[in-house]
Amino acid sequence: MVDLEMSNDVTVTLPRIQERIPTVVVDDAHVVYRVHKGAAGNSSPVAAFKRMVTRTSAPNVRVVNAVRGVTFTAYRGEAIGLIGTNGSGKSTLLRAIAGLLPVERGAVYTQGQPSLLGVNAALLNDLPGERNVTLGCLAMGMSPAEVRRKLPEIIEFSGINQRGDFASLPMRTYSSGMSARLRFSIAAAKQHDVLLIDEALATGDKAFRKRSEQRVRELRESAGTVFLVSHQLSSVRDTCERTIWLESGEIRMDGPTAEVLAAYEAFTNGK
Amino acid sequence: MANLLADPDSGLTPAQLAARHGLRVAGERPSIGRYSGQLWRYRHFISAYAHAKLTASFSNARLGQLWQVLTPLTNAAVYYLIFGLVLEQSRGIPNFIAYLTTGLFIFNFTQVSVQQGTQAISGNLGLIRALHFPRACLPLAITATQFQQLVGSLVVLLAIVVVSGEPITLMWLMLVPAVLLQTVFNAGLTMAVARLGAKATDLKQVMPFVLRAWMYGSGVLYSVHLFAENLPSWATAVVQYNPMLIYIELARMSLLEDTHLLNDSLPLTWLIALGWAALAGVGGYLYFWRGEQEYGRG
Repeated sequence: MVDLEMSNDVTVTLPRIQERIPTVVVDDAHVVYRVHKGAAGNSSPVAAFKRMVTRTSAPNVRVVNAVRGVTFTAYRGEAIGLIGTNGSGKSTLLRAIAGLLPVERGAVYTQGQPSLLGVNAALLNDLPGERNVTLGCLAMGMSPAEVRRKLPEIIEFSGINQRGDFASLPMRTYSSGMSARLRFSIAAAKQHDVLLIDEALATGDKAFRKRSEQRVRELRESAGTVFLVSHQLSSVRDTCERTIWLESGEIRMDGPTAEVLAAYEAFTNGK
Repeated sequence: MANLLADPDSGLTPAQLAARHGLRVAGERPSIGRYSGQLWRYRHFISAYAHAKLTASFSNARLGQLWQVLTPLTNAAVYYLIFGLVLEQSRGIPNFIAYLTTGLFIFNFTQVSVQQGTQAISGNLGLIRALHFPRACLPLAITATQFQQLVGSLVVLLAIVVVSGEPITLMWLMLVPAVLLQTVFNAGLTMAVARLGAKATDLKQVMPFVLRAWMYGSGVLYSVHLFAENLPSWATAVVQYNPMLIYIELARMSLLEDTHLLNDSLPLTWLIALGWAALAGVGGYLYFWRGEQEYGRG
């Protein structure tokens, strides 16, 4: 390598001024799902009881290896796109990074507490949007004073009041796009060390997508790391400079977005 | 694969790199001290969530929050009809209607807390998988919600007690520590069943029967002295330590003039009440905390 040849040079041995600070280190992580298929076929209550007594696992539990030996390091200020075909383990990997799924083998190390922002982040649908904002912010650990200050900002950003006063209506009256926008706005209101976004930018109209992509860039500049799972390659291209391509739970490619996307597009078109 | 260098510049393995920059293992369980600290910082979330749940549960009913009072009243009316008038269980109890409603409301506080507690984790998976907060917030919020409900019911109860001819005495003040001890007991129990219910989803089906049996063993619907009359003495000895019987007896003791305790000793009854609150409160909390990293998985 070039560094080795020039190791006698004074300029190289000087301590590097800008050391890259890792925020997420994934070390040979394996994630396994145990899926209960429910009471299928030959499962009589007697057989179930026998299994409980003898402590053997039910035959209708299937083991799915969703992530198989993934290793990478993410640094502060990076925005990383995760792409791959359906069922390639992208969302599972995000959940493992967020600490919501245990790794079977290997380890995931993170700085601070990563926040996972998904479109299925359920809030209380019987309550007005405003109350959900308050609850969501408190759940992220904000103080009541901070929540009061940020509330109008969040409502404004989500744009749910564009067609009348929807903030005071129960969330069950919202369209799916509106509630996804509100959820994104709540999660994006806080500074996260590591923000994991799962398909959240896909919902919402074009104007909101522009705004949210802008917000992701801001979050990143304020010294966080952003992971973005998306099937919309355009939003990966616009927000991320590094992309990891997962296929069947393994890393197929990890590098600059343009290169990885080109290879991925060739792969999916060739299929 | 594991000893692949994570950082080609520094020559460190992933684990070394993580350790050098102070990264922590994702989803690690905090120590009990740190956990309690986190929980304290989330107190506003607990109260906001409890209040939100309460509002949401009535949001589709036309009479709204009025049901908070109507539900226990209707309940008491039905039981009075069956046990007071049809079965004439009131024999030997001077003020049966007040006796019955006191037992019913106090038992209901624990019953609903436990019932909802079994679903505290399994019914909130969306929230748990989306946001990070100490999970004990959820069972605690349930206890807080039910406490608010209880306060509403108690207003009704005091009215019934006065209307049915009981005098207002200083003994009423005894109700406050009794209810507070019961709240601590409930919080612990709710946390324990929350962890159990997170793993064993069948618990939801079993719970109604457990609670029904518990209610019959707590002397809610009939005189507690039926236990002493009809059960063998060892069984009476066991029944008199039943925490629900204890809390109900303390409430009756404070509100009704003509009450006799099953074990005849008021200090002993208080001691048992305190013991149960401490045991369930501390035990339930520790048990719930030990499962912290498992919630929301699977």
